[in-house]
Amino acid sequence: MSLAQAVERFVPDGAAVAMGCCLEPAIPFAAGHEVIRQRRRDLKLIGPISDSLFDQLIGAGCVAEVVAAWVGNVSEGLGHCYRRAVESRDPRPLTVRDHSNFSISLALWAAAWNSPYIPTPTLLGSDILSGQAALELVDGSVRVGAVRPDVCVLHVQRADAGGRAHTWGPLGVAQEAALAADGVILTCEQLVEPEVILSDPSRVLVPETKVVAVVHEPGGCLPSPLPGYWKRDHAAFREYAALSRTAEGFGRWLREWVLDVPDRAAYLAKLELDPLRVTRRLLAEPADYGYE
Amino acid sequence: MSERFTAQELMVAAAAREIRDGDLVFVGMRLPVLAYGVARNTHAPNARALFELGLLRDRPANAFLGTMGDPPNVAGSLWATGTSSTMALMAQGGVDLGFIGGAEVDRFGNLNTSYIGPPARPQLKLPGSGGGADIAILSQRWVTLMSHERRRLVERVSYVTSPGHGDGSPGWRRRHGLLGGGPAAIVTTLAVLRFPPQGGEAYLTSVHPGVEVAQVQAATGWRLQVGESWTMTEPPSSEELAQIRRLDPDGFWTRRSQ
Repeated sequence: MSLAQAVERFVPDGAAVAMGCCLEPAIPFAAGHEVIRQRRRDLKLIGPISDSLFDQLIGAGCVAEVVAAWVGNVSEGLGHCYRRAVESRDPRPLTVRDHSNFSISLALWAAAWNSPYIPTPTLLGSDILSGQAALELVDGSVRVGAVRPDVCVLHVQRADAGGRAHTWGPLGVAQEAALAADGVILTCEQLVEPEVILSDPSRVLVPETKVVAVVHEPGGCLPSPLPGYWKRDHAAFREYAALSRTAEGFGRWLREWVLDVPDRAAYLAKLELDPLRVTRRLLAEPADYGYE
Repeated sequence: MSERFTAQELMVAAAAREIRDGDLVFVGMRLPVLAYGVARNTHAPNARALFELGLLRDRPANAFLGTMGDPPNVAGSLWATGTSSTMALMAQGGVDLGFIGGAEVDRFGNLNTSYIGPPARPQLKLPGSGGGADIAILSQRWVTLMSHERRRLVERVSYVTSPGHGDGSPGWRRRHGLLGGGPAAIVTTLAVLRFPPQGGEAYLTSVHPGVEVAQVQAATGWRLQVGESWTMTEPPSSEELAQIRRLDPDGFWTRRSQ
């Protein structure tokens, strides 16, 4: 399935979408940009940090509500589109449901386990609690209400066509987001034979029964990094920070890197890829699943 | 003898000295990443670093980090896992020291990284908590780093993202069920402020080389108490500077204008 088809089919207007679940690496920028090109509206974005992806989707007018711990640009600071949306309702009003990294994880685990909430000591004494019905202080604990995504988008190292995938490296809230969601869209660096995945089931994050689409999209995480594949494109984050400072500059960035680019292959063709590519292998010892 | 250094390099060195040998440090983003590396390679060889995206390390990465999620931070890590697993260690009281970045801090160490002005219609929307609130509530003690300006060090923050010592009354944290001990120090571009062990109000403990006490007070938004035995902040040693410049070779964090 192409990314355009996957977004067309599984990310409708108004959908609750978990993305950027690993905080800084493996952010599904290609999928986010396709959502922008298809002019999705009224989305509810769910995630911990997601580097600058949420800022871009907000600036493009796709988002009605954000449920997150942090929205900005990790190496550069403020999210300028996020600022304009909250401060001036530009390009549209935005409802913000603040979380911490721990509480968004618990909200997703609660949904994954079909529990109404999980009680925790985190957020005690924080104003994040005020005015949020889904974060209730009861008997000295905070009840973090379940947050259920309709769809979760993950960028992974390798997958087969049947929706089995290997991920490695830090995972953020990817597992709970995928288990909590009704369906998971995978974008992958490598499309491999099923035997490759089945050789190491401990590296599988989420069962194939959750996966609704597998898209072979090399470089789909850029400018965010992916262990074994891509370094972080620091210059891209810096350029985005500088341009997105004004609505007009953001518009120029959006045209150049999203709207005037038909797909991810065309995005990659605009970059000098060699300096971003991980070339020195650092392989793990194979795991032995022998049984006789 | 006296090597030149930037305010950021001094802050990294001061932050590194907050790390004790054997500490489990919840590192966060930016300058604290460097502070952990400096401490680990100088006075705290047994300090470990926990990163909220799901990493545990016992040494700094072998290459520059723009974020904690850059691939050099993953290679050679002790544990690659999810956010909730790192939070498990902290919720159990296992994190000795946390670092939190702040936009605004008040005299009782409460941090605001969410809204300047009323949340319904703020003048400035900041990125939010990230893991800040979790570290503030659950780590044994924590330190924040920020630029020393009147608009940042304020009498009371209008919004508490990450609670410090609350209203400053004794036992505020315990009464509200917060597990850890709260803020231990504020490291700024001008000075180091500390808190009494039982909580309460920040006081000046050291000023950076070349900075006057009056200058620190003028840049602080409340009547800053000066500790009886205030000193000059120890400048970074050549060993500390060498470590900082190894970890940040192009000065991305420590030599560009912030």
